[in-house]
Amino acid sequence: METSEIDMKRKRIYAREEYCVGCRLCEIHCITAHSRYKDDIVKAFKKSAPRPLPRIIVEESKPVSFGLQCRHCEEPECVKSCITGAMQKDPETGIVKNDETRCIGCWTCILACPYGVIRRDSRGKKIASKCDFCLEDGGEPACVKNCPNEAIYIADAGKPIKSGEAEEPGETNQSGGSVEYEESGLREKGCEAR
Amino acid sequence: MNYVMIGNSTAAIGAVEGIRKYDKKTPVTILSDEPYPTYSRPLISYYLGGKVTEDKMYYRGADFYERNNVTPMLGVKAETVDFDNKEVVLQDNVKIPYDKLLIATGGKPFVPPMKGLEKGNVFNFIKLDDVKAIKKAAVKGSKAVVIGASFSGLKAVEALVQREVDVTVIDIMSRIMPRVFDDTAASIASGVLEEHGVKLLMGTTVDEILGDDKATGVKLKDGSVIPCDFIILALGVRCNTDIVKDTGIKINKGIIVDERMRTSVPDVYAAGDVSEGYNFIEDAYMQIAIIPNAYRQGETAGVNMAGGEAAFRKGFVMNSMPILGLPVISAGVSGTKDDICTKVLYKPEENSYKKFYIRNNKLAGYLLVNDVDRAGIYTDLIRNVTDISDFEDSLGEEDFGFLSMPSGMRKEKVLK
Repeated sequence: METSEIDMKRKRIYAREEYCVGCRLCEIHCITAHSRYKDDIVKAFKKSAPRPLPRIIVEESKPVSFGLQCRHCEEPECVKSCITGAMQKDPETGIVKNDETRCIGCWTCILACPYGVIRRDSRGKKIASKCDFCLEDGGEPACVKNCPNEAIYIADAGKPIKSGEAEEPGETNQSGGSVEYEESGLREKGCEAR
Repeated sequence: MNYVMIGNSTAAIGAVEGIRKYDKKTPVTILSDEPYPTYSRPLISYYLGGKVTEDKMYYRGADFYERNNVTPMLGVKAETVDFDNKEVVLQDNVKIPYDKLLIATGGKPFVPPMKGLEKGNVFNFIKLDDVKAIKKAAVKGSKAVVIGASFSGLKAVEALVQREVDVTVIDIMSRIMPRVFDDTAASIASGVLEEHGVKLLMGTTVDEILGDDKATGVKLKDGSVIPCDFIILALGVRCNTDIVKDTGIKINKGIIVDERMRTSVPDVYAAGDVSEGYNFIEDAYMQIAIIPNAYRQGETAGVNMAGGEAAFRKGFVMNSMPILGLPVISAGVSGTKDDICTKVLYKPEENSYKKFYIRNNKLAGYLLVNDVDRAGIYTDLIRNVTDISDFEDSLGEEDFGFLSMPSGMRKEKVLK
């Protein structure tokens, strides 16, 4: 099944810890994608002030690691708990989005989120920072696009690849995932393995 | 067919959204004694502190009512409900018939008997109109007394500090946030308050509010006098059941509801601070006066009102409340009981304090001060009554997360 066949509203980003090598490129590309310099990692890191926080959490306890980001839940605890109404699930796209102009940094979403994937951004006006599925960039998440090892992939909600079902990784990017990395096929492959 | 909601805050909005999952059309009428479209009540302290303007206080966007086919009747006070004839009776004896009714009248301020309460410049701290009035009195350099050092009281204190008001907080208990904090946590937060010049008078009560027309001070039980320009009463809320008093609906402290939010009267539901729902951590029916609970109860009521089937079985207390920049998150039980053991991690140099309440190998509650990141993972352990015996030792560790759990449990939780 190709990614495009998944109902946008039911798209989820999952991770395969068996494939994750803990390179944290997902974090780097997430930061870049949410900076003013979407196409330039160097500028994103050197010139963004403040540099955006990554909206993916990488858990690591060697040798196991994996990335985790907002599940855009069907029944989002963060939305139901939000005291201001800033956190909303968009009925059209299914994406849970925080209206940062209305967020006051009370951290109730952090209290509520079962995945622990909302970060405190306390550098300016206090706001909750979370995955937005890179919707502004066409809904192709930078973490998925740039994972060199297919460890992060998109699947239909509730239908992730369970361990054991997974195929061997496809052609992995031996360079460790440069910016020029071609994303072609990988997401589809990740979904095919379901 | 029509739905009527008495109330226009979190529970009522949750109910509209619950109804619209199942019934896209049937009209809803919302009755509110406040003149404002739905707004976030907790934002009143941010409004007072100058962090949020009134036009940013809306809980749902401007098109909410229209998009959901809701007729808001604002600034209209419902007096009582005639359950036999299925009508809400407004002031002036105007009657609003309903097929399904939600009572979401919220809480009303608890005010203990105290001499001088009728004086001017004595305020509650619940509604937008309360803070609009406080704003006029809370000018830079003025003196305030806040009575009550729990959540709402401390949010009032924070806002007043931001307005450069000289604040004294008084509470009968020996520490601030007595139900959630222990002495260590209270001392951390008290330190932050005192750094901002807040004076804390714990373990005492106000005998009398002094002044002629307007409050000019308070007299404490030991006879000492604290002069002030205005007073904020923040002693929590009681269920606002006035509207259904003597109607025969089953009330304890609040309107009693089952897990589908049905009251004892057919076609009548209740949700939010006015209701007494099931608290599964305490295994008891009680008011759980927090936003997440109000929303879930309201949503559950709405689904059932529209003919769906929903039950809310997971009510419990949880709060996140930064105090002058110090994040504090708590959930579930607090305080020690016989069957509960605790785990504490305290790093004084970081102002970080973590306490976990464990009952029969399950997490029953927790408190996090300053380092609150990923708190929701703990909340989820409470909500799902997860057996934590395999990873209890790692609770509260800096890198605590799904990798702390056994692989099977981790995948079950993460790969959903």
